[in-house]
Amino acid sequence: MHIIDRRLNPGGKSLENRQRFLRRAKSLVQGAVKKTSQERDIKDVLEGGEVTIPLDGMHEPRFRREGGTRDMVLPGNKKFIEGDYLQRSGQGSAKDSGPGEGDSEDAFRFVLSRDEFVDLFLDDLELPDLAKRKIAQTESEGIQRAGYTTSGSPANISVSRTVQLALARRIALRRPRKGELEELEAEIAACTDEDLRAELIEKLEKLKAKSKRIPFIDPLDIRYRRYEKVPRPVAQAVMFCLMDVSGSMSEHMKDLAKRFYMLLYVFLKRRYKHVEIVFIRHTDRAEEVDEQTFFYGPASGGTLVSSALQAMHEIVRERFNPADWNIYAAQASDGDNSYSDGELTGMLLTDKILPVCQFFAYLEVGESGGSAFDLSDSSLWTLYDRLRNSGAPLSMRKVSERSEIFPVFHDLFQRRDTAQEKAAP
Amino acid sequence: MTERLFEGADWDFRTLQRITDACEEVALKDLGLDVYPNQIEVITAEQMLDAYSSVGMPLFYKHWSFGKHFAFHEASYRKGLMGLAYEIVINSSPCISYLMEENTATMQTLVIAHAAFGHNHFFKNNYLFKQWTDAEGILDYLDFAKNYVATCEERYGRIEVERTLDAAHALMSHGIDRYPGKKKLDLRAEEKRAGRRRQHEEEVFNDLWRTVPKGAAKSRSALSIERRRKLLGLPQENLLYFLEKSAPRLAPWQRELLRIVRHIAQYFYPQSQTKVMNEGTATYVHYRIMTKLHEQGRITDGNFLEFLGSHTNVVFQPEFDDPRFSGFNPYALGFAVMQDIERIVTRPEDEDREWFPDIAGKNDVMGVLRDVWANYRDESFIGQFLSPKLMRQFRMFHLHDDPEERAGIRVDAIHDERGFRRVRRELARQHDVGFIDANIEVVDVDLSGDRRLILHHHVIKGSQLNETDAKRVLQHLADLWTYDVSLIEVDANDKVLREYVVSPRPIPAAVA
Repeated sequence: MHIIDRRLNPGGKSLENRQRFLRRAKSLVQGAVKKTSQERDIKDVLEGGEVTIPLDGMHEPRFRREGGTRDMVLPGNKKFIEGDYLQRSGQGSAKDSGPGEGDSEDAFRFVLSRDEFVDLFLDDLELPDLAKRKIAQTESEGIQRAGYTTSGSPANISVSRTVQLALARRIALRRPRKGELEELEAEIAACTDEDLRAELIEKLEKLKAKSKRIPFIDPLDIRYRRYEKVPRPVAQAVMFCLMDVSGSMSEHMKDLAKRFYMLLYVFLKRRYKHVEIVFIRHTDRAEEVDEQTFFYGPASGGTLVSSALQAMHEIVRERFNPADWNIYAAQASDGDNSYSDGELTGMLLTDKILPVCQFFAYLEVGESGGSAFDLSDSSLWTLYDRLRNSGAPLSMRKVSERSEIFPVFHDLFQRRDTAQEKAAP
Repeated sequence: MTERLFEGADWDFRTLQRITDACEEVALKDLGLDVYPNQIEVITAEQMLDAYSSVGMPLFYKHWSFGKHFAFHEASYRKGLMGLAYEIVINSSPCISYLMEENTATMQTLVIAHAAFGHNHFFKNNYLFKQWTDAEGILDYLDFAKNYVATCEERYGRIEVERTLDAAHALMSHGIDRYPGKKKLDLRAEEKRAGRRRQHEEEVFNDLWRTVPKGAAKSRSALSIERRRKLLGLPQENLLYFLEKSAPRLAPWQRELLRIVRHIAQYFYPQSQTKVMNEGTATYVHYRIMTKLHEQGRITDGNFLEFLGSHTNVVFQPEFDDPRFSGFNPYALGFAVMQDIERIVTRPEDEDREWFPDIAGKNDVMGVLRDVWANYRDESFIGQFLSPKLMRQFRMFHLHDDPEERAGIRVDAIHDERGFRRVRRELARQHDVGFIDANIEVVDVDLSGDRRLILHHHVIKGSQLNETDAKRVLQHLADLWTYDVSLIEVDANDKVLREYVVSPRPIPAAVA
């Protein structure tokens, strides 16, 4: 009889099976994730959690019989006698309760961890033009171990390697060991025969001389750890959230913008160790604010988009050197801008902002219902469209419903070839 | 007075040892059980879920479908839709029982009595298990299977292996020899043989043979149909066996995978035929042991009440119009029949003497039960031992549902003198796996012609195959066979009801 405690055995035996299942169900789960995300708040989405996936795609078929005449024995007869008839649907609920007939699981709920969820959600997204710019400007140097060398600074001496070599050399050259000498000395002390004693002393002297000739550690043995410089991508990013908070921006529009920013934040967080967010809100003048004020603080006034761009430019200059930071900006606006501001906005973007940005996303938010979008393009939209057509790293979309945020985001950051990017509307 | 085994709900390993010893004493001395050596393992809830998803086995090859089951169980467990089983027990020698750490001391006692003695005795003594399973070899064989699958994945790619396993799983319920006659499974020898086969293939492999010019094709005298079928061992209802032996273009490792799936299916086959008996035995044994321990004063009245609560839940049988109803509860039915046998043997009434002349009043309860446990399966067990008294007690009735019948579902028999035998016969039939599973067999293959594989499904009582599933399974079958496959559904008069023809999907990379 054995009683064994297996609780300390590693759990998660099924982990690999689970991963296999996820890999296989990837497209299904991905679809489910997207659908789920539309229905939920972003915060909940980021918690991961449950998605429902149709079992159909993951169905394991078996030969199953169905239909035909059926016989069944059931317990709990209260009033029937032989020859009675039960209605097929209705009081005799026996119809659906045939034992062992068809187990139908049409969909099942699947709990994803936060990481799994976000991974799947962002899986086919990529920062546009990431590779190109990374090579150009986003590398710094790091150091890593690269074997041993015979010269270097004392701080880098590798003791173990040095002793190892010294030992090998001592053995090869037959340097007498300490024990050997001591043994000989003891023998001399105990020796009574003079001749033998002299012989032994001579031997001892020889060995001592040999010890001196062959040092314990020779400069030859010394090894230094070698380090090599390797280029490393900069793992930091900053995201600028620019929002128009003038009177024309409704709560609904701000909500749309917020969702978009949060997604962008999560997305960047995935790619970089360190992500900063800068919130800039503007009316006819711009200021940097905290998140709470950004989304909920009351403000009103005229609209000067250039003020926000100017503020961003200054912050970049002060705190975020483009050589060290990946800079992203997302601007949300209802598209209204002072007529006179157009030119300045365009100039700021072309000369100051776009050259240092990895990517600039412009999101034009509209009222629920979206009828406004049937009208002609707003002044900002027209301006940005012109810039984009001249090849700026700029994407723009219009959004009027909450459920559109995810598809639009997805659309903006979908992995694609540069050729496609240009062809895209 | 005997010393208590434990106080309260807490237990430690010394307690478990005392409990096991006490259960063993009752099981062996009072009940005369004969068991494999026991090995009891304490695990966590998560490990229990792990074990669930690989059909309860401690080691199993990797496959996505186990991940699916894990996800499925985990989701329903988290939502509280499903409680975890108190135990999992493995038909192996030593017999391994898993105990959950969350269980109270009383539950551990119940579980040890149930699994380590009830199931264990049944595994060791029932003729089906003796005939079809190899308790000594199974763990080693599973270990071999796991490593073999892993090796194949390394050599031939995960996708390829998965494709083959998917197909094999789809046919798993038709990878079973239903009738004895073949020799008993010896999984250790099987494992060695697989190793030798592989080694032999590697030793004799010589790429030059590929370049030897082939002679002109031999003129094939058309084999007579009879002879051809005989050579192929047709008709054959073990589809996996047939494919493994006769599919023309499978790689040796694919055949080995089919073989592994087939062996595992065969290993579980007795369990599907003895669910009522197996659970009934374990429940009866735990009930006897717990009662005895209580009588001896080794567990307190409180502990015994706790036990009775769990026991009653386990043997609860909802009635047909209860929303909780989902067929007969094997624990309830099995336990009831066994208790009833005890009654018939010790306190028979006239009716029992008439129905069960062999055992009524025989007084040797355990002798009779041990014989029943050894020599019956669900179908014959119900067919033989379901008494009129029990049918009355369960208020059983038999419904006949003919879709052609407009008036509705007919009550064919109820628990009265006229109905007893019919109800019992019908209930027994429902527990006959041979009757529940579709009867499908390979009937012919045209080896000199287009190599189309022809299968028949013998339709019983007008119950045909589910079309969607049938097509998918046939697709897997065709992919393994690599030529067209047709499945013909025929009724008892050989009238063709429906025919499926499926062509194999092109294989992306050549499978040598």
